[in-house]
Amino acid sequence: MDYLLNEQQIMIRDLCRQIAQEKIAPVAAEYDKSEEFPWPIVKILAQADLFGVSIPEAYGGLGGGVLETCIATEELSKACGGITLCFAASYLGLDPILLFGSEEQKKKYLPDLAAGKKLAAFAVTEPAAGSDASAIQTTAKKKGDHYVLNGMKHFITNGGDAETYVVIAMTDKTKGARGATAFILEKGMKGFTFGKKEDKLGIRASSTRELIFTDCEVPKENILGREGMGFIVTMKTFDVSRPGVASQALGIAAGALESAVKYSKERVQFGKPISSFQGIQWMLADMATQVEAARALIYATARMIDSGAKNVSKYSAMAKLFASDVAMKVTTDAVQVFGGYGYIKEYPAEKRMRDAKITQIYEGTNQIQRSIIALQLIKEMAKG
Amino acid sequence: MNIIVCIKQVPDTADVKINPETNTLVREGVQSIINPFDMYAIEEAVRLKEKWGGKTTAVTMGPPQAENALREAISMGIDEAVLVSDRAFAGSDTLATSYTLAAAVKKLGEFSLILCGKQASDGDTAQVGPGISTHLDIPQVTYVKKIESLKDGVAVVERMTEEGYDIVETPLPCLLTVVKEINEPRIPSLKGKMRAKSAKIQLFSAQMLDCEQERLGLKGSPTQVVKIFSPERRKGGALYQGPAEESVAKIVDVIKSLLP
Repeated sequence: MDYLLNEQQIMIRDLCRQIAQEKIAPVAAEYDKSEEFPWPIVKILAQADLFGVSIPEAYGGLGGGVLETCIATEELSKACGGITLCFAASYLGLDPILLFGSEEQKKKYLPDLAAGKKLAAFAVTEPAAGSDASAIQTTAKKKGDHYVLNGMKHFITNGGDAETYVVIAMTDKTKGARGATAFILEKGMKGFTFGKKEDKLGIRASSTRELIFTDCEVPKENILGREGMGFIVTMKTFDVSRPGVASQALGIAAGALESAVKYSKERVQFGKPISSFQGIQWMLADMATQVEAARALIYATARMIDSGAKNVSKYSAMAKLFASDVAMKVTTDAVQVFGGYGYIKEYPAEKRMRDAKITQIYEGTNQIQRSIIALQLIKEMAKG
Repeated sequence: MNIIVCIKQVPDTADVKINPETNTLVREGVQSIINPFDMYAIEEAVRLKEKWGGKTTAVTMGPPQAENALREAISMGIDEAVLVSDRAFAGSDTLATSYTLAAAVKKLGEFSLILCGKQASDGDTAQVGPGISTHLDIPQVTYVKKIESLKDGVAVVERMTEEGYDIVETPLPCLLTVVKEINEPRIPSLKGKMRAKSAKIQLFSAQMLDCEQERLGLKGSPTQVVKIFSPERRKGGALYQGPAEESVAKIVDVIKSLLP
């Protein structure tokens, strides 16, 4: 479908497609196996200026918006959703700085992130605080001109490999969600260390680690927004980052669809390519329809955000929910089209199915997305 | 240091078809790309510039649409581009092409180095690079797989041979043709692509070049394509087994039967 992309968006799409095919696809299986962080790909993406697609030109970026991040994430994820996450998670980490950073903070952190010299990460989740972000245990106590952080975060994407972190900690536990504050931390700060790296089902090229804070001193000028705004920072960040997760899911699904169509034309059974059988055709048709519907919802949501619309939570949640459910369904069906070959690691079908699963879980489980959507519906009804 | 890269726009080789009546390539509807070997020359020029400074200029001779190849070179980091294009150049063989490109290079002024791909994927002659250096009367080294150093007016390079490589020292300016072992061409950057889109491409016509008109185009091309065909697929050979004397005698008979 023609989404009437502008010239720069087409350029981003084509360049990412080239990188995906020439540089990522040939190494995707290796990284899935080794679980190494894909630094050579980070370098290629950086040289291609991709880390700057959605950062304003004033900070060394190319001035795009959410749609540009989505286009890049989708194309790259067609080859590997795991490797692409080094890029997408860096945007998740820098989005709060873009949204709430002071001029000084933006000048200090964004140029290196736009150039891909450094990666970013966003740290909210803790063992006891997953969907319920208000249960955060990490504390930040004010002491003179700095705050002292204690506690830990886990399941942090790009954790240990990123240089710039946005961390949510409680400055006043008595206030619940309103007692949370967002801080910018830098790798190497005293008292800021990393714990274990997780061994995951999918997205294995992406690093997921614990962050540990032991009397970690953070200057007060590193607060994002104001004290007590941590929960708002988190929610507003997710509003603009969820279309990105949705695009990762979309890319994984679109890659699975493409390879399933190709395989079905090559695989001969009963003397004919299996693509000539209606059972396969109907599966492929459903997969393609779902992928296109996901893309349409994501692009429409991204354009709405980029236009400056205020109430976007519902649509961001819908895009993430729908695209990730599509990814799970389509990758599972792709394995089915591949038959026995779909189940073995020699073919990329099973990897896509493993990679797809996380998109239904992170940046808010799909159950949380449904709660956000339903709550908004009820609110809208009450307003009349 | 000024570096000039000579490139050629060629049909994407996967799609090549020949018109049997005219003995020429069918170009209609075939996607054009930069000759793959020239990509290594472009990459090497950009790397040398990054290391030693200076200016890189890509030059191509071809029809107006060859401008796309030049823009792609700019997106990879080439600074300036020149399209040598004129109806007078039509029908050029490798002699006329190298003569014309040499004239274009002269017009560009001072330079230290000319880089070319080892050959073009359509003609496969590997003659244009050496031809340019001959017309300009500068040294040439072909099949270069590494540029070791470029200083004090001297280039030290590794030239690939079938057995290994030679280390060759040559005064500058010189012309090098490069092989794929020399580097891995980069993917263009977004900023490079945007610069390429708006970059001004210089156009050199026949009249703008200091050259003899009768040495251009078809007139200046002694090459004649008599016939073009796909070679017949080789049939399986014959195996003669048994005592050496008998086998050799049989083979001699076969050879004799084939002689006129």
